[in-house]
Amino acid sequence: MVETKSDQFLRIKDVSTAFKINGQYYDAVSDVSLEVNHDEILAIVGESGCGKSTLATTIMGLHDPEETKISGEIDFEGTDLLKLDEKGYNQIRGAKIGMIFQDPLSALNPLKRIEDQIQEVMVYHTKMDEKQRHARVIELLNEVGIVDPERTAHQFPHQLSGGMRQRIIIAIAIACKPDLIIADEPTTALDVTIQAQILDVLRDIQKENHAGIILITHDLGVVAETADRVAVMYAGQIVETGSAAQIFNEPKHPYTRSLLRSMPQRDNENDDLYVISGMVPSLQKMPKDGDRFAPRIPWIPVSAHEAHPTMHELEPGHMVRCTCYQNFYFPDQVKEGAGNESN
Amino acid sequence: MWKTILRRILIMIPELIILSILVFLLAKAMPGDPFTGSINPRASQAQIHHLMQIHGLYDPWYQQYWNWVVHLFHGDLGMSYEYQEPVVDLIKQRGANTLWLALFTMVLTYLIGLPLGIYAGRHEGKFQDTLVRVYTYVTMSIPFFVVLVIGIWIFGYALNWFPTSGSISAQASGLGETLISRLGHIILPGLLGALFGTVNIVQYLRSEVIDAKHSDYVRTARSKGVPMKDIYRHHIFRNSLLPIAAFAGYSITGLLGGSIFTEMVFSYPGMGLLFLNAINYRDYTVITALVLLYGFLNLMGTLLSDIALSIVDPRVRVE
Repeated sequence: MVETKSDQFLRIKDVSTAFKINGQYYDAVSDVSLEVNHDEILAIVGESGCGKSTLATTIMGLHDPEETKISGEIDFEGTDLLKLDEKGYNQIRGAKIGMIFQDPLSALNPLKRIEDQIQEVMVYHTKMDEKQRHARVIELLNEVGIVDPERTAHQFPHQLSGGMRQRIIIAIAIACKPDLIIADEPTTALDVTIQAQILDVLRDIQKENHAGIILITHDLGVVAETADRVAVMYAGQIVETGSAAQIFNEPKHPYTRSLLRSMPQRDNENDDLYVISGMVPSLQKMPKDGDRFAPRIPWIPVSAHEAHPTMHELEPGHMVRCTCYQNFYFPDQVKEGAGNESN
Repeated sequence: MWKTILRRILIMIPELIILSILVFLLAKAMPGDPFTGSINPRASQAQIHHLMQIHGLYDPWYQQYWNWVVHLFHGDLGMSYEYQEPVVDLIKQRGANTLWLALFTMVLTYLIGLPLGIYAGRHEGKFQDTLVRVYTYVTMSIPFFVVLVIGIWIFGYALNWFPTSGSISAQASGLGETLISRLGHIILPGLLGALFGTVNIVQYLRSEVIDAKHSDYVRTARSKGVPMKDIYRHHIFRNSLLPIAAFAGYSITGLLGGSIFTEMVFSYPGMGLLFLNAINYRDYTVITALVLLYGFLNLMGTLLSDIALSIVDPRVRVE
């Protein structure tokens, strides 16, 4: 559906990010391929530890090159980000790609006024003078829904609430009208009413700037509300991608289906939520080959999994890893052809 | 801000009063008296009695205390029994000597410690970092009096670069000569004190820089496209200074108390030696004056630290 626009300006191809642990490298993200288009919100979902944030910081080039090994290709508007040096990256970060961080409490420098922290990004990427920058700060603060911009601009982070701080972080990320905004769990630290407001702000900004947004979250509610396309990540790999409608209406991969089933439903009389047994394996214990999700659905026979799971296209835009989805069922439900029960 | 400072100073008054009473009583409670050791050994018990009476040492403590307080407010801290000199004058001379040495040592300490701490933190885990850490461990593990003795032996006697005792040369005359002579006397003890006293600053700063380097706000700054060297200047450095600012006030007043080791080894007539001798000779007037002064300096130290901290950290500013 969104593919029709087809001006992909971010193409991630076979990107792996490995961390050095005790002298050995372990993949936190392995062979991830994704595209993001203008005017699109791509949500990356998955449990904690599945590599979502690592992927984000890889795109931003925030990893210490001595502790990480990154391979693949990140084509952003014609440049391969992974080939850039620190200086080249600094011209893209903040200007072309903005990042919104998870924890608004610690993401701001406690010793600097809000105004200075927002202005900083303009100092490095624009030729505006102090007066213009100030005007832009006020404009930005209005845009992200700060009620008294002049006052807030002059305040320090500790004088603001969590929701306000997250708005400031957003203001910093969008200050130079970047083409791509990476939002890493932007609403996780906030309460529900503030969450909705922040998501509204994000959507408004996107419409205005025609930016592409990568929204990283583990909250499927947020995804359903905002995303155009969804990529489901498990243990460093993409296991399923598709439009939001495809993912929510016809989830295929066992992991996607388990995630959706573990979401609270309003019309569900039963109070018990589905729980995916086990947890994401740690980096050192990651299986080298085979379906990485297999250990968490032990009732599915090994023969149902591919030996080297690859992505299969089911419909245009809807891809799923491994063929095990064809034989998947939940243990508490009678085995009947794949993908029949709704979540 | 000014209101806070004023309030803090007002709180200091009752603290000082209580401290002065305690100090006064404790000094009195020490065994011995100021005359037994100093007077002609053939002096009779009756004569000592007489002296004690003249000096009011048989009066009840509150009367003695009150006398002392009244005199204190007239700028009179009494006579030193040992030196037969007004205590105020004693403290003035010794205090000036100590002030010179303390300021010199402190400036040097920060000049050495701040860059080293930042340098080590910046190169965390690398060769440069190890070098700095070895330096701090070595300076911390060698007892300071050993350092002083070896220092005085090498630079004072063997090389004969610096004078080995006193605070000023007896021959010095005129302003220029006096200054140079004074400086000459504090270079060696000051330098040794600084070189071997940086461990706190270096280690604190190093770990603060490392913390700050991995903090979220630095990641935010990087995501803005700020080059690392500017991040150090604008974000890391100031945040790392917080604990240093927090104990800067104490370290200033601590140094003003004088270093007994340094003053002993260099026979430098400062506050530390004065205090030590006063205790040895039961020089009550000097002891009470000095302890009260140290108490006052400590209170000033906390105040200074608070002010310094509130300058760097908006979170502790009281609106």
